[in-house]
Amino acid sequence: MLGKTAGSLFWMARYLERSENNARLIDAGFRIALTRSSTAAAEWKSVLVTAGVNQAFQAAHGDYSSARVIDFLLRDPANPSSILSVIKQARDNARTARTALTRETWEAVNTSWMTLVALLKRPVREDDLPDVLTTIRQQSAQVRGALNGTMLRNDGYHFALLGTFLERADNTARILDVKYYLLLPSVAHIGTSIDNVQWETILRSVSAHRAYRWLYGAEISALKIAEFLILYRQMPRSLTFCSERMENHLNELQRLYGEEIEARRMAHALVHEKLDAPIQSIFDGGLHQYVTGFLRDTAALARQVERDYRFVE
Amino acid sequence: MLRGKGRRISFFDEMTSQEGGTRSPYRDYCGWFEAEDVARIQRKAQQAEALFRTTGITFNVYGASDADERLIPFDVVPRIISASEWRRLSRGIEQRVRALNAFLHDIYHRQEILRAGRVPTELIAGNEAFLPMMMGLDPPGGIYTHISGTDIVRTGANEFYVLEDNARTPSGVSYMLENRETMLQMFPELFAKVPVREVSDYPINLLKSLAACAPPACGGTPTVAVLTPGIHNSAYYEHSFLADHMGAELVEGHDLRVVDGRVAMRTTQGYKAIDVIYRRVDDDFLDPLNFRPDSMLGVPGIWDVYRAGGITIANAPGTGIADDKALYSYMPDIIEFYTGEKALLPNVPTWRCSEPEHLREVLDRLPELVVKEVHGSGGYGMLVGPAASKKELAAFRAKLEANPGNYIAQPTLSLSTVPIFTKKGLAPRHVDLRPFVLMSPQGITITPGGLTRVAMTKGSLVVNSSQGGGTKDTWVLED
Repeated sequence: MLGKTAGSLFWMARYLERSENNARLIDAGFRIALTRSSTAAAEWKSVLVTAGVNQAFQAAHGDYSSARVIDFLLRDPANPSSILSVIKQARDNARTARTALTRETWEAVNTSWMTLVALLKRPVREDDLPDVLTTIRQQSAQVRGALNGTMLRNDGYHFALLGTFLERADNTARILDVKYYLLLPSVAHIGTSIDNVQWETILRSVSAHRAYRWLYGAEISALKIAEFLILYRQMPRSLTFCSERMENHLNELQRLYGEEIEARRMAHALVHEKLDAPIQSIFDGGLHQYVTGFLRDTAALARQVERDYRFVE
Repeated sequence: MLRGKGRRISFFDEMTSQEGGTRSPYRDYCGWFEAEDVARIQRKAQQAEALFRTTGITFNVYGASDADERLIPFDVVPRIISASEWRRLSRGIEQRVRALNAFLHDIYHRQEILRAGRVPTELIAGNEAFLPMMMGLDPPGGIYTHISGTDIVRTGANEFYVLEDNARTPSGVSYMLENRETMLQMFPELFAKVPVREVSDYPINLLKSLAACAPPACGGTPTVAVLTPGIHNSAYYEHSFLADHMGAELVEGHDLRVVDGRVAMRTTQGYKAIDVIYRRVDDDFLDPLNFRPDSMLGVPGIWDVYRAGGITIANAPGTGIADDKALYSYMPDIIEFYTGEKALLPNVPTWRCSEPEHLREVLDRLPELVVKEVHGSGGYGMLVGPAASKKELAAFRAKLEANPGNYIAQPTLSLSTVPIFTKKGLAPRHVDLRPFVLMSPQGITITPGGLTRVAMTKGSLVVNSSQGGGTKDTWVLED
């Protein structure tokens, strides 16, 4: 497989995952904005910071009105992380890697692009936002379904999945990075309604508020939320789950190619050193530092994958 | 009989004879069509469009920013060619392609045809596509035109003409294949009723044909790759389609470099040598070290590898001279010179505006002629006299007088028609045909049929997709 093709599959998957994650972030932000208008601006700001586009937004707009933020996140071509920009990038990468995709997978990506371009032609009215966000997530699910159902489990598949889990780990870590202060014991006024809503927003932004309930019951605590999002192996958006998947796909690639690579060693260290710790010790060492460290490690891992597999010259 | 511009002009319709009966190749199809519900076909036609969009068979029109990606209109009524018509056509095409390859070999070696005075030397020397660097070089297997497309028009029951030769980078073969795929999906029952020859083995034949031209440096099974300018090229869909269907890598210039005297592609496991490259990049852009230095599309040093027998480039560099429309007018002589036979398929009579008597006649008769640029393609920069306004005619007259050598002229042909499906029923539209020809040391393979292009607008004679033309599935019937 061409290095460029591997890179395109990796990035196609990252962008598709990003589109879905951003839809979740918008959904969680929108809910706060609707129900608690006093904190809306702060919430939108944190959504923009999480998506990594707060500075761009500030430069172009300034104040955090819901309509502006939503339009910026969904449609603005000047925002490289807007849903429209991201789905276009995903499709361009899929076109570049077209020969490594099954017809079904390519058509699912192309259909997503066509659907979202049509859906986001005009600004989305607030009434329509929930439907639009649902459609974005559904499109993403269709691509994932086609990929899972039709692709050979060859190198291309592993590169795509590697991209998916790297992006997802990055996203969950960014949410923790922006919201870590809500989880710190010093400000955790256990049981107050403010914190409950804030905490629910965190869970909602990874679509896990119900899963949490099933797992931990009615008891919402900062420690448990952090444990759930960082260490819980069955939670498909937790740092541990995503990192284990990354390690697994890198193992498969190493087996396929019969070549020892540095990226695999890094993923192994991530799973077996960084994430192999009880939640209390993570808090003791400083949650924010921990998460920042994780973001640094995954960024380094992404760069190493790019080098090891010759995505670019 | 159609009415055009107040005059009664008679066109040969391939489905309905002058007397009103159905011509024999269309009998089975028409039998099926008459029993069909028109609304159902209408629905299917809409489905076809959705199918094409999902597949992403799109076409970028140069210079049209708003129409970023467009679909070429597809018509659901097939164009049908009988077995005997096809036999005749394919013999003529094979003769022509063989002669072209021999001509290219000669031009880049002893230039016998120029010495014999059968083709004027200026036509080669002054041809931008002529590559002096190819002189004396022997492409692997002696093949220049691995892939070519011969555009054919029909004006009567037994009248076929070659309109132009495309040896540079003929495109459209993916449409030929996707059109058939779409017809099979929409009307599977039709193919049980009408015995139509397969086209689906084209990619495999292409792979075999390219592999048969492997260079001396190749050890073992040849590695074939398709070189594309990238996803923004208008024919990118076709490039990825062909690579995918051949199981070959689709590479861009930045995926390649010269390693140990071979052209190699950067894979996830390091550089791997390529034996045969099917390039969809023009000569000028192939090698920034040897041709255009600003080219980002090519591979620095590929030319030196080529010279040393380290890679096969298909089509061979310098093949583009065969597309020259002034040279076209000499094709009957060229065929005779190399094959010793008369051309089986005639040329369209052509005035070479470089010759003063020809130019005078062209200027006199401009409103009835078609004038083309000698290096033009895609229907750009051409004049269709009968359809042009006074102003357009005057403007073109000035261009002709300023640079006559840049143009050739031909009579406006009464291109045959085949019906298209419209809301109001079947309506005749003008068509042409581009069969696709593969050549290797093992022989010539012509896929039965080819790409039928159709002018979707009533009365229009311009079938180019860049000018709003559409396509049809082309059926060659079994014997």
